[in-house]
Amino acid sequence: MEIKQIDAYRWELPARGAMRVPGRVYTSAAMLEMLRREEALTQVANVAQLPGILTASLAMPDIHWGYGFPIGGVAAFDWQQGVVSPGGVGYDINCGVRLAATGLEAMSLGGSLQALVDALFHEIPSGVGASGSVRLTVAEEKRVLREGSRWAVRQGFGEAGDIETTEDGGCLAGADPEVISPRALERGRKQLGTLGSGNHFLEVGVVEKIYDDTAARVFGLYPGQVTVLLHSGSRGFGYQVCDDFLAFMNQHVRTLPIQLPDRQLACAMIQSQAGQRYLAAMACAANYAWANRQILLHRTREVFQRVLGMGPRQLDMRLVYDVCHNIAKKEQHLVEDRPRWVCVHRKGATRAFGPGHPDLCAAYRSVGQPILIPGDMGTASYVMAGTPVAMAETFGSTCHGAGRVLSRKAAKKQSRGRAIHRELEDRGILVRWTGRATLAEEMPDAYKDIDAVVDVVHGAGISKKVAKLRPMAVVKG
Amino acid sequence: MAARGTRGAGTRDAGRPCFRIIDHTADLGIEVTGRDLAELFAHAAQAMFQLIARGRGRGPVTTQRLTVTGQDPADLLVNWLRELLYQWSGRERLLVAVTVLSVADHAIYADIATEPYQPASQRILHEIKAVTYHRIAVVPIPTGFKATIIFDV
Repeated sequence: MEIKQIDAYRWELPARGAMRVPGRVYTSAAMLEMLRREEALTQVANVAQLPGILTASLAMPDIHWGYGFPIGGVAAFDWQQGVVSPGGVGYDINCGVRLAATGLEAMSLGGSLQALVDALFHEIPSGVGASGSVRLTVAEEKRVLREGSRWAVRQGFGEAGDIETTEDGGCLAGADPEVISPRALERGRKQLGTLGSGNHFLEVGVVEKIYDDTAARVFGLYPGQVTVLLHSGSRGFGYQVCDDFLAFMNQHVRTLPIQLPDRQLACAMIQSQAGQRYLAAMACAANYAWANRQILLHRTREVFQRVLGMGPRQLDMRLVYDVCHNIAKKEQHLVEDRPRWVCVHRKGATRAFGPGHPDLCAAYRSVGQPILIPGDMGTASYVMAGTPVAMAETFGSTCHGAGRVLSRKAAKKQSRGRAIHRELEDRGILVRWTGRATLAEEMPDAYKDIDAVVDVVHGAGISKKVAKLRPMAVVKG
Repeated sequence: MAARGTRGAGTRDAGRPCFRIIDHTADLGIEVTGRDLAELFAHAAQAMFQLIARGRGRGPVTTQRLTVTGQDPADLLVNWLRELLYQWSGRERLLVAVTVLSVADHAIYADIATEPYQPASQRILHEIKAVTYHRIAVVPIPTGFKATIIFDV
C-alpha cells in the first residue's frame, strides 16, 4: 500500500479507489515498518470509504489491526450526512481509564504494598464473568444507564468532585434504556462494579517524572506521589449492545446505497432512526462504564483506608480524570475553517481537547484536558494534556495506550518457560492476576514501547507530556 | 452455496482437534473445517467452547432446539456462534453437545445440550466478548468446508 511521509511523525495514505478522503497516520519510521506487516493500514483506507467522513481517516501511533476500524483509529462524520458505525466504537463501549492521585508518598507505603495489592485483588471483583457487589433491579439498572457516574455518586460510591473530573461529567446525553435488548439488560445487572479480564487492570503507581510543571500542578501531581490507574469498561452490557446493533445494522445497511469493504463496518446514517437508536444505546453503555469505574474507584478508596489504617482526609485519593477510549460523540470542530457538528468515532483513541475548550472543567481549562496513556504492566504510563494542534488536526484526539505488537498466541509462545510474575517482581512490580493465560498474553513484550508511542504524539504536537508514572503493583483480571 | 448436511457432532468426546488458532494481533482467530456444512457448524461451536473453558461439568444437562438465520453461510455462522456465545455470556452455561439437524445457506436447526458452569471442576480460558464479521469466511475445500472466524477477546 502506498504511503507518503509528510514529516517525522505524519504519513499519508493518498485517497485511491473508493476512498472519499486520504488516510493520515501518526507514527514513526520504526513503528511504520511493524504496521506494514499487518492489515491496519488497509483498515484505515477502508474507513475512508464511509459516507460523510471528513478531512481524513486518522490513525494514532498505537494503531494495530482491529476488526473493521483499526484500534487507534479516529474518524469524524458529518452530523447531517454521515454515518455512525458500532464497529467504529468497538464492543467494549467506553472502555476507559481513570487516574486518582493520593496524598501519599511512595516511600511511606513501606511494607504495606503487598498487603494493599492482596486486598485490592480480593475485594475488587475481576476475571471473566465476575459478578459485582452491586445488585440491581431492572428499574435501578435503567437509572444507571441514564445517569452514569451521577447514579453511582448518589448511591454513595464516591464524591461529588469525581463528577467534575470525568469526561462528560460521567454521563453521556441521549441515553435511552428502552432501546436496550433484554439480553444486554440481563448481562448488565450482574456485572456492575467489576474490573473484567484481558487488558483491564488496576495499578498502584508512583509519579516518576514531571515534564510540565504548570500542567502537573494544575492536575495535582508531584514526584514521588502514589497514584491509582484503573482500566475497565462497560463489561458484558456493552459487548451485548454492540453485538445487537452490529447484527441489526448488517441487515439495515443492505437497504442503503453503500458498498462496504468489510462487514464489520456496518453502519447507519446518523440522522436515521437506526442511527439514533444506536447512539441512544451506546450512550447507555457509556454511562454504565462510567458508573462501573466510579464504583471501582470507591472500592479502591475503601481498601486503601482499611489496609493503611487512615481516613479519607489523610488518604486524599482524588480523581485526576477519567477518559473513554471507545466512543462516538457529537462534537463541534472546525472543518475547513468553519464550525461543524460531527460524530467523532474514537476506537482505541482518547479525546484530547486543548486549553480553553468549553467542555473542560474549570480547573483544567487553562492547561487542556488530562490524557491518560497506560503502558504495559512492566514499564510506565503517561499523563499528557490536550493541545490546539489536536483540535486543528485530529478532531481533538490522541493515542490511548501502547498498542499490541504480538498476537495473544505469539505472546504465549514467547512466554513459555518464563515466570512473568517473577520477572516483574525483579523490576519491583508486584502482580496479582486471575486468568490463567492473562499474564502471558499481557506481558510487556506483547506491547509497543510506550515511550516511542508517546514521543510521536508529543512530537507531532497533538498532546504534550505532563508526567510519567511507574507501576509498583498491578491487579489483572 | 447449496450444501446440506445432517451430521451431528458431540463435544465431550471429540477425539481430534477440529480447529487451529490463527494469529491476529488484537484478538483470537480460528480456522475450522468440516466434511460438510453441518459438521463445520458443529465444529465451530465446539471450537469456541474449547477456547472459553476446559474441564468436565457435573451439573444437570438441559437440551434446547435452536433456529438461527442469516443472509449467507458466513453471516449464518456469525449468528449461530453469537447465539451459542450467549448461552455462556448471558446464562453461564457451557456446551456439552451439539447436533445439527439441518443447515443450508440461510438457516440452521440444531439441538444443543448445555450445563451450568462449575468453577470447582471447570476452568475459564478466555473471555470471548463477541464473534466478529472481520475476515469471516466459509469456503469449500476439497475435503468439505473451511471457515475463518475472529473472536473479540
